[in-house]
Amino acid sequence: MTTELSVSLWRGAQHGRYETYRVPQRQSQTVLDVVTFVQRHIDPTLSYRFACRVGVCGSCAMTVNGKPRWTCRTHVAKVAGDGKLEIGPLENLPLIKDLATDMQPFFEKWRQAKGAFAPTQTRNDPIAQIKPDTPSRKAAAAAIECINCGVCYAACDTVRWNTEYLGPAALTRAWTLLNDERDGGNIARLQAIAGAGGCHACHSHQSCQELCPQALNPTAAIAALKRRTAAAYLKGEIKV
Amino acid sequence: MNVRLYLWQRATAAVMAPLVMVHIAVIFYATRHGMSAADILSRTHGSFAWAAFYGLFVLAVSIHAAIGVRNILTEWTPLPERRVDACVVFFGLVLAVLGFRAVAAVVLW
Repeated sequence: MTTELSVSLWRGAQHGRYETYRVPQRQSQTVLDVVTFVQRHIDPTLSYRFACRVGVCGSCAMTVNGKPRWTCRTHVAKVAGDGKLEIGPLENLPLIKDLATDMQPFFEKWRQAKGAFAPTQTRNDPIAQIKPDTPSRKAAAAAIECINCGVCYAACDTVRWNTEYLGPAALTRAWTLLNDERDGGNIARLQAIAGAGGCHACHSHQSCQELCPQALNPTAAIAALKRRTAAAYLKGEIKV
Repeated sequence: MNVRLYLWQRATAAVMAPLVMVHIAVIFYATRHGMSAADILSRTHGSFAWAAFYGLFVLAVSIHAAIGVRNILTEWTPLPERRVDACVVFFGLVLAVLGFRAVAAVVLW
């Protein structure tokens, strides 16, 4: 094991550049540990985002040696065998500064895909009994563990090429809600994802499922959405 | 691509799949039997079946290819949607005209 890492970090806004730092290599060191070391010991003006440090909050995703990853759960030993790290901001999102991107477009598309639960009951009604082994409940599991880290969105070629495309996270969320028996907003949701930037724009490149840190499969969920929206269109339930 | 275009593209692909197989089989048959252009034309002249077969083929190709090119232009060029639509309608029409002209040449003359 080398004792020092050569770490290139993106500095500045859109027209910034990579700057290289020397960081001590340690055992069980994560990429977030490396970024934090630079900020605390070398340059306190470095901007980046994190919160929980244990893979729950989805705040700390960055581009690590060319691939989007959750940095708090990515071990340096796994991605920097030669002792070199290049860490940049997530792609496909506006850059604020250094390693911090503006996540607003990501969550705006989540909203456009009708990613909010549409309740059919009130708090006075009895709690819905959902059997865990029903097909719809199993399908709903597609995105139930999504932490909205934006890794899939940054990895997606279609997002890069088509600014209207809602992206894997928003569409997978829509698939989960479509399979939620308690939800009452499915026609509006199908309508929202059947348009130009909806599920049919997906090319099934599968970068999202390859890089999802939660091992979810957005590609499969989007394929299911294509079938569901096509059926709804043929039945006249939605229009384009 | 919206759901309507998606369904048209999938439907035309489903139509083309068996037609391509028959088309390839016809090419193999013609070449393996050493048929000349005159031999082939003598069989296709006045044939409603071949006119319908290749007419359907041309129609499916024109729609399918136009939708595919629309996707490429949408994702790879900065053209506005209306201009993209105009371009691909023109492209589809050109394919249809060229294709139907070829079908007419094989079946009618």
